[in-house]
Amino acid sequence: MSEAAVMHASAEPAESPLTPESWGKLGMWVFLAGDAMSFGCLIVGYGILRHASANWPVPSHVLGINLTAFMTFLLICSSVTMVLSLSAIKAGDRRGFTKYLLLTILGGVVFVGLQAYEWTHLITERLPETGFSFTTHLFATTFFVLTGFHGMHVTGGFIYNTCVLIACLRGRYEAKHVEIAGLYWHFVDLVWILIFTFVYLL
Amino acid sequence: MTTAHTEPNYMAVFWWLLALTVLEIAVIYMPLARMIVVILLVGLALSKAALVALYFMHLKFERVTLSLIAITPLVLCVFLIFMLSPDIHP
Repeated sequence: MSEAAVMHASAEPAESPLTPESWGKLGMWVFLAGDAMSFGCLIVGYGILRHASANWPVPSHVLGINLTAFMTFLLICSSVTMVLSLSAIKAGDRRGFTKYLLLTILGGVVFVGLQAYEWTHLITERLPETGFSFTTHLFATTFFVLTGFHGMHVTGGFIYNTCVLIACLRGRYEAKHVEIAGLYWHFVDLVWILIFTFVYLL
Repeated sequence: MTTAHTEPNYMAVFWWLLALTVLEIAVIYMPLARMIVVILLVGLALSKAALVALYFMHLKFERVTLSLIAITPLVLCVFLIFMLSPDIHP
């Protein structure tokens, strides 16, 4: 076993800029690249459909952007608490780490809650009023598919972060695991920045 | 495991993200031509995404491999737009 490991180590080619520093991080990045393509396809599809449709509404008039602007702010804040929790665990500050990761999780939960509230408001009042409901216009379909796909990612994200928090508190996970979970969380934030612009503001 | 880089100033990145978001919302209320609004909003959104990727996701301090992986979907999406654009005017 150890012999094989030594042989393997000696057979390792010289380090190049392409050798990853951490295989876990590399794995997460490859996953995120694939996930980015899913979001990319949905956003591009949204753009094409919108451009090809004659009577597309002005999204900010139908959706309203005050609540969503606050949700954007919330996700940016939770990204900041995520990096702060990583800094804390790297510095060995367990209390700070727990506090910041809990705040990150809370940010995710509140985000999903607000999205549920927004959807309810849109489905029951706003969309029927403006005549762009689910069954009558692609606007609603594309909107719910995009924001729903993202909302599922946020849900997955705070479950993931909760698991990481528990594993860290039990001493099974360390800083590198938090960093990988952070990558996913920041990605979800990054995608929301794009969705907020392309679906709500444009 | 981690590179020996000095930690970026995360709060500065946060204020930048906040400022750019406020600017984005301001842009849609400005009496500008549609084309200019689109260019401004896309530019602002991509800058914010770049800030998150470079600093929060540490891409600025990582090896080239990860940047190459990160840039791939972006290239494919641009490709996708060009492949689909003939369908816009049926």
